[in-house]
Amino acid sequence: MAATSSNGHATPDAFEVRILRQAGPGQHSYWERHRVKYEHDMNVISVLQRIAANTKTVEGKSVAPVAWDCNCLEEVCGACTMAINGHVRQACSALVDHLLEDNPNEITLEPMTKFPALRDLCVDRGRLFRSLQRVKAWVPVDSYYDLGPGPKQSREEQEAAYPLSECMSCGCCMEACPQYMKVELTQNEGENDADFETRQQEAYDGAFLGAAAISQAVLFNANPTGKNIAGERLDALMGEGGIQVCGNAQNCVAVCPKEIPLTTSIACAGRSTTRHALKSWFDR
Amino acid sequence: MAKQRVMVIGGGLAGLAASMKLAELGIDVDLMSLTPAKRSHSVCAQGGINSCNDQTRQLGDSEWKHFDDTVYGGDFLQHQPPVKEMTDWAPKVIELMDRLGVTFNRTQEGFIDRRRFGGTLYKRTAFAGATTGQQLLYALDEQVRRWESDGKVTKYEFWDFLGPVLDENGVCLGCVAQDLVTMEIRSFRADAVVLATGGCGLIYGRSTMSMVCTGSAVSRSFQAGARYGNGEFIQVHPTAIPGADKLRLMSESARGEGGRVWVPRTSQDPRDPKNIPEKERYYFLEERYPEYGNLVPRDIATREIFDTCVNGGLSVEAGRQCVYLDLTHIDADELTRKLGGILSIYEKFQGVDPRFTPMKIFPAVHYSMGGLWADYERTAEGGLQPGSPRNQVTDIPNLYAIGECDYQYHGGNRLGANSLLSCIFSGLFVAPGLENLLKSQSSSAADQDASLYEGAVRQHQEQHQALLKRPVGKENPYLIHQELGDLMTKAATVVRRNDQLEAAYSACIELHERAQKCSLSDTGNWTNQNVVFTKALLDMFPLAKSILKGALQRDECRGAHFKPGFKMPSLTGEDAGDRRREAEAWCDRFDANNEKWLKSTVATWNDTEPDIDYEDVDTSLITPRPRLYGLAGAEVIERVWRERQAAKADRPGGNRATKSGETATAGAATS
Repeated sequence: MAATSSNGHATPDAFEVRILRQAGPGQHSYWERHRVKYEHDMNVISVLQRIAANTKTVEGKSVAPVAWDCNCLEEVCGACTMAINGHVRQACSALVDHLLEDNPNEITLEPMTKFPALRDLCVDRGRLFRSLQRVKAWVPVDSYYDLGPGPKQSREEQEAAYPLSECMSCGCCMEACPQYMKVELTQNEGENDADFETRQQEAYDGAFLGAAAISQAVLFNANPTGKNIAGERLDALMGEGGIQVCGNAQNCVAVCPKEIPLTTSIACAGRSTTRHALKSWFDR
Repeated sequence: MAKQRVMVIGGGLAGLAASMKLAELGIDVDLMSLTPAKRSHSVCAQGGINSCNDQTRQLGDSEWKHFDDTVYGGDFLQHQPPVKEMTDWAPKVIELMDRLGVTFNRTQEGFIDRRRFGGTLYKRTAFAGATTGQQLLYALDEQVRRWESDGKVTKYEFWDFLGPVLDENGVCLGCVAQDLVTMEIRSFRADAVVLATGGCGLIYGRSTMSMVCTGSAVSRSFQAGARYGNGEFIQVHPTAIPGADKLRLMSESARGEGGRVWVPRTSQDPRDPKNIPEKERYYFLEERYPEYGNLVPRDIATREIFDTCVNGGLSVEAGRQCVYLDLTHIDADELTRKLGGILSIYEKFQGVDPRFTPMKIFPAVHYSMGGLWADYERTAEGGLQPGSPRNQVTDIPNLYAIGECDYQYHGGNRLGANSLLSCIFSGLFVAPGLENLLKSQSSSAADQDASLYEGAVRQHQEQHQALLKRPVGKENPYLIHQELGDLMTKAATVVRRNDQLEAAYSACIELHERAQKCSLSDTGNWTNQNVVFTKALLDMFPLAKSILKGALQRDECRGAHFKPGFKMPSLTGEDAGDRRREAEAWCDRFDANNEKWLKSTVATWNDTEPDIDYEDVDTSLITPRPRLYGLAGAEVIERVWRERQAAKADRPGGNRATKSGETATAGAATS
């Protein structure tokens, strides 16, 4: 018998979930359908938990449980990013009631496509953290000894910085960006882990930084102490895979779950790099 | 001697603070975590971080008062020297985090803004919107990334700590861990291992904790010989949003910014809450605790909400327990500025805007005050000896515990906005001690015989293979976990009764046996989350048993541990004489109870069960005094208690050092 959800819509007894699976890197991907009993207040995480507890497909076939990444379940850690009904977002904040309103027949889950696949919905986002190293996204303090308070900052400065500092490195902006291309290397036979990692980082370093890292460069260049190495960050933004790769599609800002003004950051970074380039030219 | 290095397990606030400080001291660090450090559970901390500050100082606050509030809020169950050291450091910790670029909210003039949190009358709490934990974590993560770029820190993210490696003398010389992607099991040599792996909320099934908070690393060290302290002290946060997968925290800062907790005076009043007139609302915290109001300590707020719903029958909804947490009287723009982060969580997960509609909340398991037993070296003044290798070390030499996974800082109950402080403080403070430990050693783990590590790896590989080979069709680990969560939530949260605890302990033993018969639905060797979860589940039982047994044996009420059968009574006498006599008897009972129970519970694992022992608490700096929040006759009890303290102090060699006049008042007396 159909019940009603919290917002008054009729709800089904159960619904179908279609998941794009892949056993490991380089293996073929395939769709698999599961049927999940409807409960109130479900999100995609609880759907995946139910599937893990009973791994039978709609055809009644027992299969290995689906692998996925998650942690906080409050949309502040950024772990559970995937494409849900075709839209990249966090699984924890994807509520089943809303998804079924959009499409009563099924929910589809797919891994992000811009990062190397690991298994099922898990991907390797190491490149994203590497980008933060490239733009030196930190405040270069002298030491961690007690040296008194930091510089005084106005409320306006704080209010401008805070939204940028909410970036949780989830990868949505990269997934949605037409200029952000997947970099996927495979370990050669006989190549040790360290050599492979070096080769992988070199490949990452030549590829596009992505909106999140550009925005972090802007954040730290605005910090009263962080700006002491602003030039180094701008050099990184002007290097290979830097800001010039951005094609201004503006998808990043549209998909950001934290509503970070990424295109404003990119525009700001663009102006700063232009000034920096001119200054470097005159200083020669 | 080959170069020494330190392994830090856990990339939350404590682990990152330790890593960056160690790197600064020139020590090579390996940082291992189940998840990328930036996604650690510290991101979920919302409200803020406490310290005495320039403004509160002028209103009479001091580091000592912060210390006093912390031990009083913790019902005196903490050793006082570590707490004193932490509160002395608090202003310095916030200054450091400010320098690291944390976007703390600012006043009009540009100073760090502060808000008030529970258990204090001062505005001590610095905050960055309502995502303070996230912001603090990011600042430390960025510093560690800086050291990673310089090659001083090597990260092992998506690795599971399987256990310490101990030499024949029981000294920790590294650990064994498993890569969560490739499932490779290997050893890591280390001259010291620091556990910074957080709480164990998943033992309760659903809690406010993140999915990595299984307590497995702590349990594996407990099973290897480290003792576990004060397990039964589990904080249940008064305000969480019920959910199918998780109970999401609604920060105490919602009340700090003026949020009011209430229920309709008529049970399950069907009206829209906004249409219920003021006089038909029951603001039960404000009525019962006029001084602290909605900001009573967490254990008290939790019990009152629980009592109002369960015993008072005044839950807002019929089908599930909840009360209103109301912010709608506050300006919507101000709410967005100060609480935007948490309000958007509510809106996202409940589909209702809390700026215009009161939220529905209920208590949820939130924090483990207990954790691995850890040592410290006390100075003559009552603080900690900086640079002592004894600080934060567990019972296993060279194995350290910091942050939520150690038992030292919060006693019977943690004050809001003190956890971020204890994590960062213990992380920073442990580093110079480790530096001295390394200096004092004549050999390095890198020089050890390989057989020690090979043996440890082999043992874990065998266990792993045995799990994969379990016959199919037996117990389901996910369903066992649900059962464990239900059992623990019923028996060992807000209200505890010996009959229930006894039954739960037997049930837990039975469940543990069933868990050992789990079948795996994935027997592969690539990103096998099923086997990783099953291992974590099995390791929940030693901690679950310690929590239950500790709670069963502790026949008293202290902090978060509330057993109504052993509750201190209110005074009932009509005339002053009767009340005086009752108060005398009350104080006698208070002293006798402290004599027996003012002791840390310390559990040792004997391979099937925890053996429980008790350890005296160092209360040499502040004399334990009764917590009288909301008790009838509190003022009479307080008078009698003060007179006795004064009499003790007059006797030669009498009362122990109590700082003159500052602390010898039984607090929060309201009747």
